[in-house]
Amino acid sequence: MINLISSQWQPLLLGLWNTILCSVIALIGSLIIGTFFALLEISQKRVIRVIGSVYVEVFRNIPLLVIAMGFFLIVPMYIAKINGFTAGTIGLTLYTSAFIAETVRAGINSVETGQLEGALANGMTYTQAMRYIILPQAFKVVIPPLGNQFINLVKNSSVLAFVAGFDLMYQGNLIANDTLQTMPTYFIVGVLYLIITLPLSYYMRHLEKKLA
Amino acid sequence: MQNFIDAYSWINIRFLLQGLWVTIEISVVSIIVSFILGTILGIIRYEKFKYFSAIVGFIIDIIRNLPLLLIIFFTYFGLPNIGIKPEIIPAAILAMSIFESAMVAEIVRSGINSIDYGQTEGALANGLTRWQALRIIVLPQALRNMMPALVSQFISLVKDTSLATIIVLPELMYHAQIIYGQNTNYIIPMFVALAVLYFIVCYSLSLLAKYLRRHLA
Repeated sequence: MINLISSQWQPLLLGLWNTILCSVIALIGSLIIGTFFALLEISQKRVIRVIGSVYVEVFRNIPLLVIAMGFFLIVPMYIAKINGFTAGTIGLTLYTSAFIAETVRAGINSVETGQLEGALANGMTYTQAMRYIILPQAFKVVIPPLGNQFINLVKNSSVLAFVAGFDLMYQGNLIANDTLQTMPTYFIVGVLYLIITLPLSYYMRHLEKKLA
Repeated sequence: MQNFIDAYSWINIRFLLQGLWVTIEISVVSIIVSFILGTILGIIRYEKFKYFSAIVGFIIDIIRNLPLLLIIFFTYFGLPNIGIKPEIIPAAILAMSIFESAMVAEIVRSGINSIDYGQTEGALANGLTRWQALRIIVLPQALRNMMPALVSQFISLVKDTSLATIIVLPELMYHAQIIYGQNTNYIIPMFVALAVLYFIVCYSLSLLAKYLRRHLA
């Protein structure tokens, strides 16, 4: 196993880097898109609410693999040439944004309605009330579930291996095929994933306990 | 448009439905196994046996924080390295069950934790043994609380079976790949079909989750 690490540390590190990069991009993207659709879902207009919930339900109930592969195969045929990393990251962003929308919506609902009424009574517009009063309070509530979503995101980024995204899983698979040392390679890949996810998951549990 | 009509010939649709059937079979078996195993593991973790619970808990945490894809690779490509050669379907079920059991164990543990400890104390004071208190008093209430989370977990299990295409498990995604592999014009129709079929299965499950949330909580 030490042999394997000393000879293959470069591709492994590249894979780790790509996994982290993809996860961070997808996290930022899905936070923005997710919050947007959460706001649509709680809108007062029925049509907008329906648009929001259709988006969320569609992306929540289709496997990430179908979304990522769809982007990888269909977008280059009609729209633009994109590589596997981009396609995978876009797919991951859209998929995760649906879950984040649900989380943020639950967070907004957990803020008392009196807060919104108070803000409106003080002369704020609906947008201002959301921006300065409701969302800051909602985000405090949703930080632990968002952290869990980020852990899921890192794990789900392994789907990039299907679309040649050069992430950790893809590199690990290449090495396993090259060296035929499947067990040790997957062990190392697993440890590298755990380095990202395990501390985060313990920290989130700690945070949940503190907030509860 | 012609692509769609050609792609949805009866032969192709039947092939997709056969794949869907394998997806459902694998999901159901994995759900049953992971529900039983996960409940046992969750109870072990909750009960705080000396050392044993801590070790089980740590293993659960490790499995929960690994990508399912890695576990699938591990069971199908990794195990032959140490002399165990599972067939495709057992390997897929094994991987799904390992991963989902760990997820379910965590849900069960937090479900049991959500029940007031006074319930256990009351049961013990009434002469029930610790095991009886757990089985008769605490678990049924906990099960009611964790039902929505369990159903969401099983929805993601159904979606995650698509990952097993990588070990050529003949499920829905793999069958679609075979069809559009023969004719690239079929790529879009096949992905539409995939999206619709998965959506139907998962959305009906999530309606069930919503129903349970409303009527049990």
